[in-house]
Amino acid sequence: MTALLELRNVTKVYTRGTFVRSGTVALDDVSLSAGGGTPAITALAGESGSGKTTMGLLLLGFLTPTSGQVLYDGQDLRKLSSQEWDTFRRDVQAIFQDPFAVYNPFYKVDHVLEVPIHKFRLAKSHAEARTLMEQALVGVGLRPEETLGRYAHQLSGGQLQRVTVARALLLKPRLIVADEPVSMVDASLRATILESLRKLNREFGISILYITHDLTTAYHIGDSIVVLYQGSMVEIGHVDPVIKNPQHPYTQLLVASIPWPDPDRKWQRTDKTALWREGLAKTAVGCKFADRCPKVMPMCRESTPPFYRIEPRRAVACYLHRDSPMIAAEEVTQLAL
Amino acid sequence: MAARPARDISLIRRHPQLITGLAILLVLIVIGPVGSLFVDTKEAKVGAALPDLPPSARYPLGTDTYGRNLLPMLFLGTPQTIKIGLLAGAIGLGVGIILGFVAGYTGGIVDNIIRGAADILLTVPGLLLLVVIAVSIKGTVSVNMMAIVVSILAWMWPTRTIRAQVLTLREREFVRMAKLGGMKGAEIIVRELVPNLLPYLASSFVGAVASAILATIGLEALGLGPQNQPTLGMTIYWALYYTAVLRGLWWWWAPPIVIIVLTFMGLFLVSAGLDQIANPRLRRLT
Amino acid sequence: MNGYVVQVENLKVYYPTSSGPVKAVDGVSFNLGAREKLGLVGESGCGKSTLALSLLRLIKPPGRIEGGRILLNGVDLTQLSWDKMRRVRLNQISLIPQGAMNSLNPVMRVRNQIMDGMRAHNQSMSRQELEARVYETLELVGLERNVATMYPHELSGGMKQRVCVAIAISLRPQVVVADEPTSALDVVVQRQVMETIGQLQEELGAAVILIGHDMGLMAQFVERLAVMYAGRLVEAGGIREVFRQPLHPYTQLLISSVPLLDEKGVFRGIPGLTPSLLHVPSGCIFHPRCPQAQDTCTEEVPPLVEVGPSRWVACHRHEVER
Repeated sequence: MTALLELRNVTKVYTRGTFVRSGTVALDDVSLSAGGGTPAITALAGESGSGKTTMGLLLLGFLTPTSGQVLYDGQDLRKLSSQEWDTFRRDVQAIFQDPFAVYNPFYKVDHVLEVPIHKFRLAKSHAEARTLMEQALVGVGLRPEETLGRYAHQLSGGQLQRVTVARALLLKPRLIVADEPVSMVDASLRATILESLRKLNREFGISILYITHDLTTAYHIGDSIVVLYQGSMVEIGHVDPVIKNPQHPYTQLLVASIPWPDPDRKWQRTDKTALWREGLAKTAVGCKFADRCPKVMPMCRESTPPFYRIEPRRAVACYLHRDSPMIAAEEVTQLAL
Repeated sequence: MAARPARDISLIRRHPQLITGLAILLVLIVIGPVGSLFVDTKEAKVGAALPDLPPSARYPLGTDTYGRNLLPMLFLGTPQTIKIGLLAGAIGLGVGIILGFVAGYTGGIVDNIIRGAADILLTVPGLLLLVVIAVSIKGTVSVNMMAIVVSILAWMWPTRTIRAQVLTLREREFVRMAKLGGMKGAEIIVRELVPNLLPYLASSFVGAVASAILATIGLEALGLGPQNQPTLGMTIYWALYYTAVLRGLWWWWAPPIVIIVLTFMGLFLVSAGLDQIANPRLRRLT
Repeated sequence: MNGYVVQVENLKVYYPTSSGPVKAVDGVSFNLGAREKLGLVGESGCGKSTLALSLLRLIKPPGRIEGGRILLNGVDLTQLSWDKMRRVRLNQISLIPQGAMNSLNPVMRVRNQIMDGMRAHNQSMSRQELEARVYETLELVGLERNVATMYPHELSGGMKQRVCVAIAISLRPQVVVADEPTSALDVVVQRQVMETIGQLQEELGAAVILIGHDMGLMAQFVERLAVMYAGRLVEAGGIREVFRQPLHPYTQLLISSVPLLDEKGVFRGIPGLTPSLLHVPSGCIFHPRCPQAQDTCTEEVPPLVEVGPSRWVACHRHEVER
C-alpha cells in the first residue's frame, strides 16, 4: 500500500555562512512513511536536536531535503504540477506548537477558518461557510459566539489551539502533522485537545503524525511510535511495548526520565552514564548514542547499526540485538503502520 | 466596579505626540490656501512694495530686496516645500515597498540583485548625486520635477528596512498557516504581510518625507531648485544671494528657518506617535 | 522566631488598571522551613510567578505589594529600603526566573556573568575570592571548569540552565526560588537539572521553592506542596498526603488530569476556563468549575484552615474538620 507521504533516504543539513559553509545535520538518511492504509496516529518522539520538527516541516513541504526525496502519493513534491500541489495542500494539514503564532494579529480568528474555505471552495455562500465554521467549533467543544469575531489576543492559548483543531476538522484532510500541539497549553486543557485529535482519527479517518518530546502523551494518543535521536531513528513499534519495555538504550533513558506523578516512585538510581554525558562530538561513523550508552561495545563505534526486527512489529537500531534478523530502513516504517 | 473602556479616553490623551505632530503639519499645509484669503498674494510678486522694509503693521514680515511682501511669500512657499517632500516620500516609499517585499519574500537571485542595487546607491554621496542630476536638467525645474529628482535617492532605505521586516515575518507561523490554507506568493504578501507592517510603513513614510524635505532644501539653498517658486529653500537661497545676513535683513531668512524647524518638529512627533502605536510597550497606561 | 526561614503572611500583590485592580496574589500565606523543599503548583495565570517575584521585591510598577508581610529570618522584606533589599537578594534569597537560560547575556562569558551577580550584591569579596567562588559554584552544578570561559551560545539548553542555577547559588543563599526551571527543556535534560538542584540543595543546606505546573516534577522533587488557583492558595500539605488524599476539588482534578502510563487512552481534563483576575467570581473562586459546589460556595470565601498537622485547605466542605 502506498503511503500518503513518504520520506525516502532524506538527509537534511542546515548550513551557515556563504563562503565557508558549516553544517548541522538535522536528519541523517531517514526513511519514514505516514498516512495511507488504515488511518493511524503515529507518534514521533525525540528531544531537541533529534530532527523531529525538521521531519514535520519536510512532510509539509516547507523545507526541501538536502538529499533524498519527499513523496506525496508516490510523487516527488518538487515535481508536482500546480493542481497536484493544491490537492496536496488540501490533503495534508498541520497543528503547530505555539497556539498564538498561527494567528495573524491583524485579523480576527475567523480568518484562519475562512481562508481555506474560500481557497478550497468548501462552501458556496457566506451562510454556508458560516455554518461550516460553527459546526467545526462545536465539534471541538467551543462556543461559536464566544470565539468567532474575536482577535487572538482575546482568547486563551487553549481556546486558540482548539480553533486550530477545529480548522483541521473542517478541512478533513487525509493527514495532520501535529507538532507539539499541547506543550504550550495548560495541563487541564491538554486532555480536551488530545481527545479532539483522537476523535479526528477515529471518527473521520484522518491519520495523524504526533510530534512530541513528551512520552506520556505519545503513549496515550499514539498507536505506534518512532523514537528519534540526533537525526536517526532508533526504535519503532507499537506504543505499548516500546514504552513499557524499551529496548534501545536511548529509549530506556527517555522512559526512565519521565517524572512520575507519584512521590513514591522517584527516578530510579539507574546507571547514570547516559544521563550525565552530554552528546560529545558527533562521530562520523558508528552509533550516535555510543558516547552516552551504558552498554556500548567496540563494534558500536565502527559502523552505524542497522535495524533489527526483534518482534513482528518492532525494530531497533542497536547491536545489542544483532541476533535478530535485519530489516531494511525503507521497510521499517511499514511495520508500525 | 464599572469598567472604563479605552474609547472613553480621548484620542488626544492616548496619543498626544501623534496628534500634536499631525496638527502642526496640518497647519503648515493649509497655511497657504487659508493665509491667502487674508493676505493679497499678488504682493508676493517682484516690485509689489518698497524693498528691504523691516516688519511693520502693513508688512508683518517685511519685504525683500525684490520688494516682495514676505508674509504671502511664506504662505505660498511652505505648502510647496511640503508638497515636494510628500511627493518624493511617497514615490520613494512606493518603490521601496514593492522592491522590499519582493526581495524579502522571494529571496534568491532577485533578492541579491535588489539588495545589491540598493546597497551601492546607499554608498553614493546623496547630495552630490542630486546636484549633478539637478544641474544637468535643461530648462526650468518645476516642483514636480524636484520631487522626482529627490525621490531617486529616497527608495533605498525603505527597501532595505522593509526587506528586513519581511524576512522576520516570512517564517512566522501564520504565514505557514496561510500557505496551508491554499494561499500563494503575492496574495500572502498583500493579505498577510502588508497589514502587519502598516504602522511600520507609516513611520517609514514619515522618515522618507523628512529626508526628502531636507534634500530639497539643501538643493534649493544652492540654487538648484524651482526658480519661479518661493519655496523655503529658494527663499533662503535668494536671501543668501543678496547678502541678507550681512545687511541685517533678518526678517528674510529667519521665518523660513522657523518654518523648517516647525516642520521637522511635526514630522518627529508624528514619527514618535506612530512608534507608540507600533510598539505597545511605549503606550501610556490606559 | 519559630524556626521558619520564610514566613509569608496574607500577601497581596495587585496590578492597577483602568478597569480595576488585577489581583494576581490575593492573600497568600505559607511558611518555609530551613532546608525544606516546597512546591508551588498552579496553571498559567494563577499568580505563581508574581508570587516568586514578590518574594524578591522584584515586582515592576504599576504592580505593587498591596499588603501582607514577607519575613525572611524574621525580617520583613516589604519594609526594607531598596539598598538593604539589594543586599538581601542573592545573599540570602535568590531567584532562578522563568526562561532564565534565554536571558543570559550573549556577549559575556559565563565567568563574568556569575561574577557580575556576586559583585552587585556583595562588595566585600576580593577578585581572587570571586574567581575561586565561580569555579566552586560551577563544580556544584556539575559543569566543567572550562565552561567558565565559554559564551552562552556555546552551551546546550541544559548547561545554560545550570549556569543560571550557578548564578543563583553563587553567594550561598538560604532560600532559592526556582520559577519553572525546566519548562523549555527535554525530559532527560529536565531530569539532569532537577537532580543538580536536588544535590546542591543538600550540600548547601538551602531551602528551595519550586514553582511550576508539572505535578510529576513536583512528586519527584518536593517535600511539601502548595496548590495555587487564581491568586490564592487552595491547599497545602506534605507531598504524599496531598497526592494520596487531595482535599480540594481543584487539586483532585489537577492530579487526575495528569496522564499516567497505566491507563492508555484515558483523558481527564478540567472543564471550564481559569477566571479573569480582574472580575473574580464571588465566594470561592473555584465554584464555577467545581463539581462539588454548594450554595455557600457562591457566597462566602472559604478561608485557608489547618485541618491536620501542616495540612491546609480552603474549601467549605472541609471546614468542619479540625
